[in-house]
Amino acid sequence: MRRHLPLAALAVALLLAWIVGYPLLMTLVEALGGPAGWTLDHVRAFAERPDEWIALWRSLWISTASVVLAALVGVPLAFLFERTEFPGRRFLGAVAALPVALPPLVGVIAFLFLYGESGFVSRVVQTALGLEQPPWRLAGPGAILLVHAYSMYVYFYLFVRAGLSRLDAALLEAAASLGAGRTRTLFRVTLPLLRPALVSASLLTFMTSLASFSAPYMFGGGFRVMTTQIVASKLNGEVGLAQVETVMLALLALLGLWAMRRADRAEGATGVRGIAPARRQLRSPLARLGAGVLGWLLAGFLLLPHAVLLLVSLVPPFTWTTEWLPPVLALSNWSGLLTQPDKLRPVVNSLWMAAVSTLAAVALGFAAARLSATRKGFLSAALEGLIALPWAIPGTVFAVALATTFGVSQPWLGRFVLIGTPWILPLAYLVRSLPLTGRGTLAGLRALDPALEEAAASLGAGRWRRLWTVVVPLLRPVLAAGAGLAFITALGDFIVSIVLYTYDTRPISMEILSSLRLQDLGMAAVYGVLLMTAGAAAFLLWGRGEAR
Amino acid sequence: MPPFLVLDGLTKTFAGNPVLRGLHLEVEQGEVLALLGPSGSGKTTALRLIAGFETPDAGALRIDGEDVIPLPPERRRFGMVFQHYALFPHLTVGENVAFGLAGSGLSRAEREHRVATSLALVDLPGFAGRRVGEISGGQQQRVALARALAPEPRVLLLDEPLSNLDPSLRERTRRELRRAVERVGITTVLVTHEQDEAFHLGDRVAVLQGGVLHQVGAPEDLYERPATRFVAGFVGRASGLAGTLEADGAVLLPAEGGSVRWRGTLAPELEGAAAGSAVELVVRPESLALRGAGAPESLTGRVIERRYAGTATFYLVRLEQGDRNGAEVEVAAGPSAAGPGDRVGVVPGEAGPPPRVFRAQNPEGPSGVSVSGAETTT
Repeated sequence: MRRHLPLAALAVALLLAWIVGYPLLMTLVEALGGPAGWTLDHVRAFAERPDEWIALWRSLWISTASVVLAALVGVPLAFLFERTEFPGRRFLGAVAALPVALPPLVGVIAFLFLYGESGFVSRVVQTALGLEQPPWRLAGPGAILLVHAYSMYVYFYLFVRAGLSRLDAALLEAAASLGAGRTRTLFRVTLPLLRPALVSASLLTFMTSLASFSAPYMFGGGFRVMTTQIVASKLNGEVGLAQVETVMLALLALLGLWAMRRADRAEGATGVRGIAPARRQLRSPLARLGAGVLGWLLAGFLLLPHAVLLLVSLVPPFTWTTEWLPPVLALSNWSGLLTQPDKLRPVVNSLWMAAVSTLAAVALGFAAARLSATRKGFLSAALEGLIALPWAIPGTVFAVALATTFGVSQPWLGRFVLIGTPWILPLAYLVRSLPLTGRGTLAGLRALDPALEEAAASLGAGRWRRLWTVVVPLLRPVLAAGAGLAFITALGDFIVSIVLYTYDTRPISMEILSSLRLQDLGMAAVYGVLLMTAGAAAFLLWGRGEAR
Repeated sequence: MPPFLVLDGLTKTFAGNPVLRGLHLEVEQGEVLALLGPSGSGKTTALRLIAGFETPDAGALRIDGEDVIPLPPERRRFGMVFQHYALFPHLTVGENVAFGLAGSGLSRAEREHRVATSLALVDLPGFAGRRVGEISGGQQQRVALARALAPEPRVLLLDEPLSNLDPSLRERTRRELRRAVERVGITTVLVTHEQDEAFHLGDRVAVLQGGVLHQVGAPEDLYERPATRFVAGFVGRASGLAGTLEADGAVLLPAEGGSVRWRGTLAPELEGAAAGSAVELVVRPESLALRGAGAPESLTGRVIERRYAGTATFYLVRLEQGDRNGAEVEVAAGPSAAGPGDRVGVVPGEAGPPPRVFRAQNPEGPSGVSVSGAETTT
């Protein structure tokens, strides 16, 4: 097909470079003092403080431990649901993917309501055992890892399940015919073939926990990881130090990405496709019962956070003190949402900002992907890199980078004051959403048979008609899934909001935080249920896109 | 009156590799031209240049005297059937066929009528409401044809239209395709690597190799009077024998204990060649016959393989040609003409096209049987 004007590609690349690449560059420049006076003072300050190195180290080991824990939970579950057949398998298999739909902050408050000192489970245990004190404290690295394992095992679960379903049964039969037992087949055939899935899940888990903010912020206390350290420095007014920390976290993320990619490249992913092995029917009644009970227990554990949010949202303020079940249930929190404009305001804010940023991210992601897919060379690679970059860089880094770049007015350098305006959050959400909308679109475009567009052209359809009648309809599932994910991420965002929000445009997450501070748990839960419901809806949409 | 469609010196280079070197072809109105060649011959590139999906580095493409190279594909009004059909999966069969009718100025009713007649033409009446994924491969192929023909294009382009079908379906679909194209009477350019397909569908066949046109002509011309050694080997089965050209046009072939003189028609490249030139005599299996060893003017050899193929039986004979390594020739004969290991004499037969003589490509080595191209038993 004939090439598009390079002008369009150049314009989109410049726009992306300005909102994605340029802020990162500015942060690096300002961390070194900037053109005003180059200095290594901030870097020296960073290097001389042991706290900083400890936070960096904690980020690294928490992320590594999260990968291990998530794999230990997710991989066996994937085998259980993909390779055995028992009553309720399909339903439970879907429930097992649910934690991924919970926005991080909502998951964290749900855990607080469940396992916190005055949480539901803690009270039950305390009452049951007649203890004076709550049985445990939900704090420190253990609490962070618990939340990470809960929300991130899903990556392993989904990827390994997909890998298993694509496994060619003939390979396992070949191993068996060569005399390999089940253990040997597992370690010598199945797991090596699952390697691409395992590497992808590890990478995703590592990057997600490196960028994780909600859990360390709520449970960490004095245990600071890099993301919370950056926000603390920023609040303390140590802007230069925060910028150095930001650069260090970005470097750590890129290092992690590089290391994982290297591990991935060591062995070319084999495109094995065949007929998936049949599921093993659990014949013995005892095994069926065992799998069933295990599955339902797991489902209960996974659904408990959702249930407790709903429960707490029905508890009027200050009515639930020492009882293990709330004595009063009412809809007062929910009606407050509708009657008190102040409480509705954050919902409206988040909705419009998420809608605007999602629309922009879909449009920009599609434009960049389309221009990247229809050409080769540097510009194509640059476009692809720019839409993928925010995926590799933690949200906190982007928040600081945008605050740095759009906190001063230097129009000749492309810097405008957006901090304090309603536009900084939608911009930040847009940048963070670009990989969600752009990467899927790019993959979809590359998978599209070019003959389809050529056929449309030979039937007389011009460039725009081809786009609207052939390309967009065929990519609709991918676009819808990307938009859904982008919308829900923006709607529940906490990580960049906490750095960039203003009171007038406070999003839902900031309102949850202030409700918690005011001990208004019911209101926090109401917001949590809203985000949870939106998340589940987006997840279903995504599932439909994937199942295409 | 100039020919309807003219490819005038089309040249295309991909990343430094020339894939088409000054291709010149003319197609009459209503004629079906088949582009035949191995993969990498440039035939697909030629078709994509005609369709407008690629832009040539040099050359012109004229239809009715108008150069259409500056026109993008959507403004050429050329219909195309793609190798994998490229039916739009999100549209029904009817919507696919109607796709090219948008902006044609037809009313809704006229468009529906056109879709119905197009589907009837390919024997799929009443299929308009079906989803593309619900119909068989053969039916998809016909929908693709109906879709390409519905806007009444000036030229129909077919890219390996049958390669995606089961062999069992291919011949029937080929006949149907031939009939549909004849009924519409549309000027057609077809790309294929199957000789059978090219011979059956093409009024004329153009043989390409390495981006160069070797010969264009009726199937009989290609088979009986190949212009180049490549065409002789690519179209049908043939064996090559090294020899020396004599003054009267006969060819002297080395034989056990002397030589034999066989006659053939000279390829154009041998016009005015001097006596004594090293040449290669290329002969079809059905143009040879088996005799007893030592028969007059025969080449003696031993049968090393017998292959029964129904309509004929092929004998592969390794010749004894003095001190040289004997060439292998393939001879078609009756099913019980000889057995493996028999010593036989090979002579020019009464039937089949006369042998063809080319300039020797490799004067040293013997030539052998070339079996490229589809098997033919004409």
